[in-house]
Amino acid sequence: MKILVCVSKTPETTANINFTNNNTEFDTNGVSFIMNPYDEWYALVRALELTEANGGSVTIVNVGPSINDAVIKKGLAIGAKDAVRIDAEPTSALFVAKQIAAYAKSEAYDIIFTGKESIDYNGSLVGGMIAELLDLPYISYASSMELAGSTATLQREIEGGTEVVQLDTPFVVSAAKGMAEQRIPNMRGIMMAKKKPLNVATAEAAQSNEKVVEFKEVPKDRAIKMINPEDMAELVRLLHEEAKAI
Amino acid sequence: MYDNGTHVYTVEKSVKTDLFESHDHYNVDELLSDDHKLARDAVRDWVKAEVSPIIEDASEKAQCPLHLFKGLAEIGAFGPSLPEKYGCGGMDEIAYGVIMQELERGDSGIRSMASVQGSLAMYPIYRFGSEEQKMKWLPKMASGEIIGCFGLTEPDHGSNPAGMTTNIKDDGDSVILNGAKMWITNSPVADMAIVWAKNEEGRIKGVIVERGMKGFTTPEIHGKLSLRASITGELVFEDVRVPKANILPNVEGLKGPLSCLSKARYGIAWGAIGAAMDCYDSALRYSMQREQFGRPIAGFQLTQKKLAEMITEITKAQLLAWRLGSLANVGKATPAQISMAKRNNVNMALEIAREARQIHGGMGITSEYPIMRHMMNLETVLTYEGTHDIHLLITGMEVTGLNAFK
Repeated sequence: MKILVCVSKTPETTANINFTNNNTEFDTNGVSFIMNPYDEWYALVRALELTEANGGSVTIVNVGPSINDAVIKKGLAIGAKDAVRIDAEPTSALFVAKQIAAYAKSEAYDIIFTGKESIDYNGSLVGGMIAELLDLPYISYASSMELAGSTATLQREIEGGTEVVQLDTPFVVSAAKGMAEQRIPNMRGIMMAKKKPLNVATAEAAQSNEKVVEFKEVPKDRAIKMINPEDMAELVRLLHEEAKAI
Repeated sequence: MYDNGTHVYTVEKSVKTDLFESHDHYNVDELLSDDHKLARDAVRDWVKAEVSPIIEDASEKAQCPLHLFKGLAEIGAFGPSLPEKYGCGGMDEIAYGVIMQELERGDSGIRSMASVQGSLAMYPIYRFGSEEQKMKWLPKMASGEIIGCFGLTEPDHGSNPAGMTTNIKDDGDSVILNGAKMWITNSPVADMAIVWAKNEEGRIKGVIVERGMKGFTTPEIHGKLSLRASITGELVFEDVRVPKANILPNVEGLKGPLSCLSKARYGIAWGAIGAAMDCYDSALRYSMQREQFGRPIAGFQLTQKKLAEMITEITKAQLLAWRLGSLANVGKATPAQISMAKRNNVNMALEIAREARQIHGGMGITSEYPIMRHMMNLETVLTYEGTHDIHLLITGMEVTGLNAFK
């Protein structure tokens, strides 16, 4: 069983979010970064559990500059066998997906994991794009996954219930909450990670013709209005006229 | 771990979330390597998951969460800077420091459990033991299978350990150990103790005393109002026959126990920063939320004075600890330098706990917030492993060359 886990680097969940350059760029000044929790807690940990139970190995892939190595090392400390960093600025979901697909093409992975989304831009795009580029089936938002031989049974939380899906490897899956539990690296793992390969690959030429024109922050000074609990008419009026929510 | 069935543990999990965020006013993180940050964050996550939900209850009930010995072992908190060949972490001294910082951010008692096992029980075996002793004890201590403790302080000899009366007498292949040690963290549950005792020539030797040796008992000390989540006891030796193979061969004299204390004090210098950070973080959050006179109390000058001084002192303590760690990494941290950092940082943390308590008002004295627990813990940390005053005299002797101890 050969598994690839795609991981991205995201701001720490309590980071202050600011923008620079006429609100076109995220201001990384003073922000600490972590591995995207959906990639780490659910995708990576489940991948490790599957290889621990069935044999095999887990490789991490990330598209980004060398500063991302800190995040990748955490994945190695948690238990991945090796890692590949494709050395390029991840400018768009399509760009990232093309890089990973190009790398994965020759490696014949049985399963390619992503998190269901990254907690910064919340695109949920890369997994589906990799599947398309590699012509593989794609199961999104899976909250559990069992494996019997090369047949996987996955559950997806859908509106009002659960969908159970079965398919054979190879495939691409995006992992949602429920897939696994957080695994905290221990000191031995951190030291072992230093000896594990972290390979750097050159990026493929890939055009990305999209650009961010502006980030708009949610207005910070929206006042809270207190409404008398008996006065439903006023609540409906405010929701309709001011919030324009109904 | 030794369990005679009397160590109760009925602590309940709190549903409250640990909201701690670290505050890095001087970008001290940039002085740390990726591995240091990984170690720090791992222990921080572990504390949030395992310590924070139970610590207030454990502390209130004065019950040591004994299952955390296994958890501390799994995360790698026992002897992280000792070599990997003995089942330890093989990390550097700064990594050890940040681990202690994060454990003490949770609770000084939990940090004490790890300090004693790693620096006071494992370290002397590593530093002064035979290869056979190292292979016999260290891997099992790193994995938490065996819990150790350290006996230097006696009922009548605290700051003056050289006056100890615990002694060993030669008896063929064994020595006969008599005496008593006091204020021993982990002793009631320890499987073994590193005991410092005088031989017939009056020279101090280190002896590995094992649970089950006839005449060796470890009564628990009750009624502590500090470090309540950590278990403390005595070590009592009545004609205990200890094989000579259990004597640490490579040390004689006070430098044996003092070098262990240097190692532990080094960890405390870092650990205290954790307790201070927790108090500051809680005070900052509380003061932003608590409104009086129509606005958050954080907006008032006297609250800001407290908060600003807290983060200033934490930042200074961080830089002191980091520099000490850099010296320790190349074997150049002197006992006097360690004394200065231990004394300064523990006192800093205690002062911050007191200021933070004021910011929390009445809430600060409840177990809803960690402040009072940290404050009570730090009262112990201020005088254990060398008192606040003794460390001052060590600095005094260092700068004047004159001994003010006697």
